[in-house]
Amino acid sequence: MSEEPKVDRLIDARNTFCPGPLMELIRAIREAKVGEIIGVLSSDTGSKRDIPLWVSKTGHKLIGIYEKKGYAEIVVQKMR
Amino acid sequence: MGKNIIIVGGGPAGTIAANSLAKKLKKEEASITVIDKTGKHVYEPGLLYLTFGEQDPKDIVRNERDILNKKVSLIVDEATKIDTKREIVELKRGDKLHYDYLIIATGARLCPEEVPGMKEGAYHFYNVDEALKLKDALNKFDKGKIVIGVGGVPYKCPPAPAEIACFLDYKLRRKRIRDKVEIHYLSPLPRIFPIESIDPIVKEIFDKEEIKYTTFFNVESVDPERKEVKSLEGETIGYDLLILIPPHKGSKVIEDSLLGDRGGWVPTDRYTLKVKGYDNVYAIGDATDLPISKSGAAAHYEAKVVANNIASEIKGNESLDKYNGKVVCICDSGNKAIYLKFDYDHPPKSTRPRWIYRLLKLTFNKLYWHTVAKARFL
Ligand SMILES: Cc1cc2nc3c(=O)[nH]c(=O)nc-3n(C[C@H](O)[C@H](O)[C@H](O)COP(=O)(O)OP(=O)(O)OC[C@H]3O[C@@H](n4cnc5c(N)ncnc54)[C@H](O)[C@@H]3O)c2cc1C
Repeated sequence: MSEEPKVDRLIDARNTFCPGPLMELIRAIREAKVGEIIGVLSSDTGSKRDIPLWVSKTGHKLIGIYEKKGYAEIVVQKMR
Repeated sequence: MGKNIIIVGGGPAGTIAANSLAKKLKKEEASITVIDKTGKHVYEPGLLYLTFGEQDPKDIVRNERDILNKKVSLIVDEATKIDTKREIVELKRGDKLHYDYLIIATGARLCPEEVPGMKEGAYHFYNVDEALKLKDALNKFDKGKIVIGVGGVPYKCPPAPAEIACFLDYKLRRKRIRDKVEIHYLSPLPRIFPIESIDPIVKEIFDKEEIKYTTFFNVESVDPERKEVKSLEGETIGYDLLILIPPHKGSKVIEDSLLGDRGGWVPTDRYTLKVKGYDNVYAIGDATDLPISKSGAAAHYEAKVVANNIASEIKGNESLDKYNGKVVCICDSGNKAIYLKFDYDHPPKSTRPRWIYRLLKLTFNKLYWHTVAKARFL
């Protein structure tokens, strides 16, 4: 299994429902510098569908989705 | 000698914390001071009603002094620096105040200048002056396309832009000009409503009332001349009247004191509400970096937890509370409303829109000043 990347910023959005993990990621991407890597912890299964969708729509890079106990860490790199 | 408790910010968070502390602590146990730069308390949920002429500024803005318990001192001035090493808050006029306990309740700052073209090209309703300008513009608007979008995340009250879309629909129907006005809502998310389980209900309303929507539209810039709004995702949409939620950041004092993250939000423990790395500094309300909705409801429940814990510590009690992430919100569509309640352990349950919830919200708008703000009953 590939090693998990080191993130520049980790956002813990577990067990939060509004505005939710994707909105937290959008905020972090807006604030990040190009090239930075952001990790979002999410216990919401919808994030695993929504986040990759938004990331591909906006031209950023999905580095990986890492399953943990009861949540996932979704890692994204800001590309532009 | 009693402890010095300083609360920076006299919005719902700071005011409820101050009034709860005043009820729990005797004068000899603590002196409680609120510092607020305006001395005015704004009940922001009323801004939607102000925009549509259902409330007046006098209904939603009051003097902070009139809401605070008599035991609480109020200083009307701006805190310009928080020095956590020396435990001092500096004021604009030069005073330096020492604290034993500090509660940061400085809320959010609106930054329309962060979206190129927004100031010239868009309206919003997130403060009294702008809500009144939008009210005028809407009163004159009788045909064309109204576009509603979000200029940055996070923003207060995540359902508010969808709420104003429904409100507009309802009001335009009552004015009998709905057929001449197109309403187009731009959602930053892949759905209309922030909460996935509630989205189908809101979508049903949008579809029935013919409110158009585009998802994944995070506003990047506005071209006021061409009357177009562009998204981070690469789309462009034209408008005749644009309503945009301005980007938010934490208060300037947080940035100037190097206490915030990149957005100026204070890193806060989600349960204890202590500012990370400190034992006697707390953050509540919109000022925190917590990934929960920036809402008066969260501010209210957080203020109660912090007031309880500071009072317990001063009295030498062991009983410490934890914030469980509780948020209650009533989303009003103009004639009916949806009631939502959730916390870290309980996702929101799907409910149908009902007029009774709207009645509850309208009643609460009035009761707020006498109950919640004064830390009475609720
Ligand atoms: C249109 C709209 C509708 C909303 N509807 C709802 C709703 O239906 N339900 C709900 O729960 N929430 C709602 N909200 C959100 C709610 O109003 C806010 O979340 C709430 O006001 C947060 O309270 P606060 O005390 O943390 O911050 P604020 O209300 O922003 O108060 C912060 C205070 O700190 C002061 N301050 C800031 N910096 C300094 C400084 N350096 N020195 C001194 N003073 C300072 C400010 O002047 C202000 O008085 C709505 C908001 C808007 C805009």
